[in-house]
Amino acid sequence: MKGPPLDFRNGMVDMSHGGGGRAMAQLVDELFIAAFDNDLLRQRNDQASFAVEAGRMVMTTDGYVISPLFFPGGDIGSLAVHGTINDVAMAGAVPLALSASFIIEEGLPLADLRRIVLSMAAASREAGVPVVTGDTKVVERGKGDGLFITTTGIGRVPPGITISGDLARPGDAILVSGSMGDHGVAVMSQRENLGFATDLKSDSAALHGLVAAMVAATPSIHCLRDPTRGGLASTLNELAHQSGVGMIIEETAIPLRAEVAGACELLGLDPLYVANEGKLIAILPEAEASRLLAVMRDHPLGREAAVIGRVVEDRHRFVQMQTAFGGRRIVDWLAGEQLPRIC
Amino acid sequence: MKYIDEFRDGALARNIAASIAGEVEAGLRYALMEFCGGHTHAISRYGIEDLLPAQVRMIHGPGCPVCVLPMGRIDAAIALAGRPEVTLCTYGDLLRVPGSKRQSLMKAKAAGADVRMVTSAADALGIAAAFPDRQVVFFAIGFETTTPPTAVVLKQAKARDLANFSVFCNHVLTPAAIGNILESPEVRQLGTVPLDGFIGPAHVSTVIGSRPYEYFAEEYQKPVVIAGFEPLDVLQAILMLVRQINQGRYDVENEFSRAVTRDGNRKAQALVAEVFELRPVFEWRGLGQVPYSGLAIKQAYAAWDAERRFAIAAASVPDHKGCDCGAILRGLKKPSDCKLFGNVCTPDNPIGSCMVSAEGACAAHWTYGRFRGAA
Repeated sequence: MKGPPLDFRNGMVDMSHGGGGRAMAQLVDELFIAAFDNDLLRQRNDQASFAVEAGRMVMTTDGYVISPLFFPGGDIGSLAVHGTINDVAMAGAVPLALSASFIIEEGLPLADLRRIVLSMAAASREAGVPVVTGDTKVVERGKGDGLFITTTGIGRVPPGITISGDLARPGDAILVSGSMGDHGVAVMSQRENLGFATDLKSDSAALHGLVAAMVAATPSIHCLRDPTRGGLASTLNELAHQSGVGMIIEETAIPLRAEVAGACELLGLDPLYVANEGKLIAILPEAEASRLLAVMRDHPLGREAAVIGRVVEDRHRFVQMQTAFGGRRIVDWLAGEQLPRIC
Repeated sequence: MKYIDEFRDGALARNIAASIAGEVEAGLRYALMEFCGGHTHAISRYGIEDLLPAQVRMIHGPGCPVCVLPMGRIDAAIALAGRPEVTLCTYGDLLRVPGSKRQSLMKAKAAGADVRMVTSAADALGIAAAFPDRQVVFFAIGFETTTPPTAVVLKQAKARDLANFSVFCNHVLTPAAIGNILESPEVRQLGTVPLDGFIGPAHVSTVIGSRPYEYFAEEYQKPVVIAGFEPLDVLQAILMLVRQINQGRYDVENEFSRAVTRDGNRKAQALVAEVFELRPVFEWRGLGQVPYSGLAIKQAYAAWDAERRFAIAAASVPDHKGCDCGAILRGLKKPSDCKLFGNVCTPDNPIGSCMVSAEGACAAHWTYGRFRGAA
């Protein structure tokens, strides 16, 4: 017995879509399985079952609560794929598979849900990393904010690669893969209460291809991390603390788009604290830096890569910046939050 | 960024720094107070101290509106936000400011209060118009720069007869605070606090003009140079103060002539005079009770005055005993002299007012400059 197909034009998610009955099965079939379509998902088990190779695996999980759900350059769906792939890739690993859990607020238009799931499926296909298992829950109106997505990713670390946040050493060079702050400013520009317009797009992208090229060229990379929430400043502080070192960066070397600099000036934000979703920081022995920089610049996602500073000995673990003005200052952890829910 | 980068040019900075270093005289002292938090922030953020000779010492003044707001007024705002019918709107910086009992508006929000961050007074008025069933209160703070926009929304609320909107007014006046610092016994009689010149406010001066400082320069014989908030503005103002001190002058000079005139913005002044009146006395965190330093809403706008509507009575709450903010704001001590600095008092967990806003002397030193004191 089969009812009419889901109304993706005017329909809305209601409580029955999470109730475990026929309505839920229909949503899973007509939307999720159709969009993410792959052999493991088609088995319709409560888990995906597959063989693993010998070696080191990595696993990571991330919840996505961004507001608004759609923003220039992406949406919560593509972000949930890119963000988790990037967390896997920052171990130098090759991402293998994703899971996705959807917490949907009653009343979300089915058209929005479909647009998000299709975007997520496209991102997953483009990255070559399938969504192999998932879950759907519906919460009452007012108990969620449209849609929250949690994705988990697994990956395999190639032999001979050891990348970790505690491995930065004095004498290492610090590189970034491109301009800072694009994602955060693009999302903020969509907030109705901020009211400014920009052509800027989020940099949301899966970085595992870039990482694969990097680790192949320079297996001696010590640290990789994507500067998401808290931006470049907070991520460098995390790495300095984990490794027990100090850092000195050059303000003039940090790639920054004029639109981002302008928007931050207007809003009183510091671009070093604004989130990125398609950029990475790499730390490795100084002698290898120029080789890595050349490899990064050869990749479409690393065209604007730059060496921005160096790791130094410092028991205080300060991240310091030589300012363009000629002075020196600390680049500290973010205190509180700049703006809420941008990832 | 056009019109911005020009004022942050490193090569020009080196030229001005070289002039300052060449012109300071061996036997003279140059203890200069920048009144405004905007200047404090620029000095720390661009590392300007690295460009100055040892004889030039910058003293960070009390010109940070978030920092000087007394705890009793924060407590009153938190209590107001706790009323079920109230939506409290305010600027983002204020959300984290601790009141007494470790409360803040952010914590009140987490506990269920309807607290909204706005970027202008007009946004608060918009929320009131959109939610006629809510009592929308704008928690207004700031110096002469933010006062005219508050006057505008009060006039609009009256014109539109918007009954569910009111303003909790905490606007304060710059000249009164400068006068208070100069009148303090340490500066005036004992001479224990070195204070050889002032960098005058930037944005405040666009409104009030340069004329109000002429009295201070004359009466207290201290040079004043009004400066913009960009780092080259600050460096140029320091050079101008060094020259005045070398020549024994105490004039009001205007480095920020691209925005500040002697008379200021007369239209804004008239607007403020129409809506607000002087309070006989107002409490400043760090400075205590300062006569004629704060504004209240005039009788003609009483219907939109939150203090009257909700019968707010803000008690005076003393600061933490170990906190040196009062002495730091008057230039008696440096942030690193305070025993709470960096131990229990940090920007994530501020105890005193100077650590609260990014423009406060302690927060600026902690966030940007603490490597200087570190061994």
